[in-house]
Amino acid sequence: MSDLTNLTLAEARDLLAKGETSSKELTEAHIAAMEKARSLNAFITETPEKALAMAEASDKRRKGGEAGVLEGLPIGMKDLFCTEGVLTTAASHILDGFHPTYESTVSQNMWNAGAVLLGKTNLDEFAMGSSNMTSHYGGVENPWRKTGDNRPLVPGGSSGGSASAVAARCALGATGTDTGGSIRQPAAFCGIVGMKPTYGRCSRWGIVAFASSLDQAGPMGRSVRDTAIMLEAMAGYDPKDSTSVNAPVPNYEAALTGDIKGMKIGIPKEYRIDGMPAEIDQLWLQGIKWLEEAGAEVVEISLPHTHYALPTYYIIAPAEASSNLARYDGVRYGLREGADGSLDEMYEATRGKGFGMEVQRRILIGTYVLSAGYYDAYYNKARKVRSLIARDFAQAYEKVDAILTPSAPSAAFAMGENMDDPIAMYMMDVFTVPASLAGLPGISIPAGLTQDGLPLGLQLLGKAFDEESLFKVAGVLEEAAGFDATPAFLAA
Amino acid sequence: MSLIKGKTGEWEMVIGLEVHAQVISKSKLFSGSSTAFGAEPNSQVSLVDAAMPGMLPVLNRYCVEQAVRTGLGLKAQINMTSVFERKNYFYADLPQGYQISQYLHPIVGEGTIILDLEDGETREVGIERLHLEQDAGKSIHDQHPTQSYIDLNRSGVALMEIVSKPDMRSAEEAGAYLRKLRTILRYLGTCDGNMDEGSMRADVNLSLRRPGEPLGTRTETKNVNSIRFVQQAIEAEAKRQLAILEEGGEIVQETRLFDGMTGKSRSMRSKEEAHDYRYFPDPDLLPLELDPAWVEDIKASLPELPDEKKTRFVKDFGLPVYDAGVLVADRDTAAFYETVAEGRDPKLAANWVIGDYFGALNKSGADLQSAPVDAKKLGGLLDLIADGTISGRIAKEVFEEMWDSGQEAGAIVEAKGLKQISDSSEIETLVEDIIANNPKQVEQFKSGNDKILGWFVGQVMKATQGKANPGMVNQVLRQKLG
Repeated sequence: MSDLTNLTLAEARDLLAKGETSSKELTEAHIAAMEKARSLNAFITETPEKALAMAEASDKRRKGGEAGVLEGLPIGMKDLFCTEGVLTTAASHILDGFHPTYESTVSQNMWNAGAVLLGKTNLDEFAMGSSNMTSHYGGVENPWRKTGDNRPLVPGGSSGGSASAVAARCALGATGTDTGGSIRQPAAFCGIVGMKPTYGRCSRWGIVAFASSLDQAGPMGRSVRDTAIMLEAMAGYDPKDSTSVNAPVPNYEAALTGDIKGMKIGIPKEYRIDGMPAEIDQLWLQGIKWLEEAGAEVVEISLPHTHYALPTYYIIAPAEASSNLARYDGVRYGLREGADGSLDEMYEATRGKGFGMEVQRRILIGTYVLSAGYYDAYYNKARKVRSLIARDFAQAYEKVDAILTPSAPSAAFAMGENMDDPIAMYMMDVFTVPASLAGLPGISIPAGLTQDGLPLGLQLLGKAFDEESLFKVAGVLEEAAGFDATPAFLAA
Repeated sequence: MSLIKGKTGEWEMVIGLEVHAQVISKSKLFSGSSTAFGAEPNSQVSLVDAAMPGMLPVLNRYCVEQAVRTGLGLKAQINMTSVFERKNYFYADLPQGYQISQYLHPIVGEGTIILDLEDGETREVGIERLHLEQDAGKSIHDQHPTQSYIDLNRSGVALMEIVSKPDMRSAEEAGAYLRKLRTILRYLGTCDGNMDEGSMRADVNLSLRRPGEPLGTRTETKNVNSIRFVQQAIEAEAKRQLAILEEGGEIVQETRLFDGMTGKSRSMRSKEEAHDYRYFPDPDLLPLELDPAWVEDIKASLPELPDEKKTRFVKDFGLPVYDAGVLVADRDTAAFYETVAEGRDPKLAANWVIGDYFGALNKSGADLQSAPVDAKKLGGLLDLIADGTISGRIAKEVFEEMWDSGQEAGAIVEAKGLKQISDSSEIETLVEDIIANNPKQVEQFKSGNDKILGWFVGQVMKATQGKANPGMVNQVLRQKLG
């Protein structure tokens, strides 16, 4: 670990601005870290040559007096974002050899802001998973270890590669996408900050779709400030995405005033669930105390439809996925199998071999819930419950400015655990899914360690398009928690 | 009402049509690619049309405007909120694996079309709905022994699916419906109606029942691509169903495919094999909300439609309903007629346009644009009739000459000396000569044979090569024969 890779993104930015380092230097240090950390399997594709070229171009721009918000800062890009000319896989066999001829809006926004691409980070196949174990390219290791136990742990998912890479200091920050918790849960598992903005804040154009009404890109970094800086570059209206919202993007970093006096923070009683480890409950109580000490008013609130959120999510997300993934048929790009047979045989062979078990499971669930005769009982009912969940939040936000909850019901678990129990795996999203269904922003902040030394996160949820308040409260929580533990991988 | 006489009694046909009309627009429903017909295969395909990963549809505002315009032209309910849904099925020429269409909430609701039938009668057919949807690409199976080719140029082009109520009772009515719908779409400029290019296709829903009984089981015959084929498909399907029903059998609800080469249809899939399309609202698109003021603006910009034009022609020009119907069937023809009729005798103009002019068009295969005689020239000819320069009979001769040479009527009349003789003294002299030379015929006339007058007229015309003013000749003859 060099000094350069141990910097936060904001610190690196400031050094660059002062001319005390160059993008080339920073990038070289991170390329070396990325290579050293290959055992984590955090990257599907490393792009060191491209990174160096981008870094040199950045240094040139800076000399010319130009500097974007992310000027010269090397980052990882979740391999769900299409990147022009760079292999894009969605961690699926079915996208074998797919080199897009186009650049996703969010990644393009980041290049426009001066960022440098280190590589494409690993993820659960098509972002479906909470452990990163469903990747065709193999699972990702969490750089953390339990004290005195060297078994490899999962980084969470689906943005597990991004979380692992940022925690292991291979990248100053990384992008994630969050459909039901895919930014916040791995951030919590890896001891970093993960931010899911309001649905519509970042363009979905060029992001391989999982569940269109839920997918949202967001930043992952080692501090609240880092994610605020990144989001400003990522966000913005895009006429190519009809669901993106035409609202000005504020300077999120400016929201980090540290002053939350008089703000009201809601504690939803429905988030106290049976069987949750006591240390997570205690951390939650500790979080409440920190916020009260900072001058916030903490009030208990009720989100009565919370316990329907997970089943609702596991109807809506697979329903949309079953349709979104119909385009992977072997006809135009990616894997093609069984081409000597009939069209139907080609479909069956291509999709049977191209999709992993979890993706197939969700396509089947999604197809089922949309089928004639089941549509009203499942999909339509789920849509109705979804609007009730959104109403719960709307009513709560009449009283409070933000909501505090745990990020996940457990710390990172061992690789291979929960693989034979999809429901247990789906439970990992229990705290993140409700806000996803309501389209609301959320952020996970590392706030403490379990007794055996694994990071735990606290989640803050905010009002639609009020990411600023969220960053502000998150900044205070981060300051109070003073989380400075580092993963075992760095000590090795 | 036309009933079919079977061995066991009378049957009534019940027909509903679903018409897919390609929207006239420069670009596709959800992408910027061109919609021009006849381009090189796969040359008009955007990333969205090819369903590349991460691509998103963006609704083409002009296509929405065209659908609203069509709805207004069909006197239909415009739904201020409508929803695009995904219709999911796999096929090689459907890149997304779903078609974006409208299902529960179409942009246009109920409306009406008035059919103009052969006998001059009219009949109302209800419109159930109109919705916007994407077309699929084209599969080409005859270029390679074992492989199929896909052309995605058409993929994503905007279609309006216009669904009638089951209000038609014969193949003739179905034909009249399609002709009238096509006329309206062409007036509106929302679909070119060219069935041979595939820009208008029909699915035929047909069932038989005993008069007065509830609806029978229907079949749907898909993708019939000419009015003649629609009528053939109806006759053939009615015959097929009749044979089954008369034998006491039951009609199977199914989708059938019509073959224009053989005039027969075959079963494509039964109800049990029918696709489960798993419609659900497309999460990539928000519900479509129309601004009432925008809809009003479109309404204000609508052209005069055929039914209104027909009423006006009858009322203002005193034309027979049938003639008015013929003239308004095509917007350009109606405009042509109005130019010819402007400041002239409208009935004379109608007779000339429908009779001689259409006759010449048909014979020569020309259309209004390419015809050697335009509205102004035809008007010039009518002016010569009106001011007595030439007779109606000579005018026909002049018209033929105009068609062949493209010259103005006046120039031909001048050059050929066809000017009508309206000089009374010249005619009087001629008449006197003829009376003097034909005492036998004069005698017959005087003994009461009025018909012989025609013979005298003929003689005068013969002597003048038809140029004598016929009214004047009659008048002078009666006077001199007195």
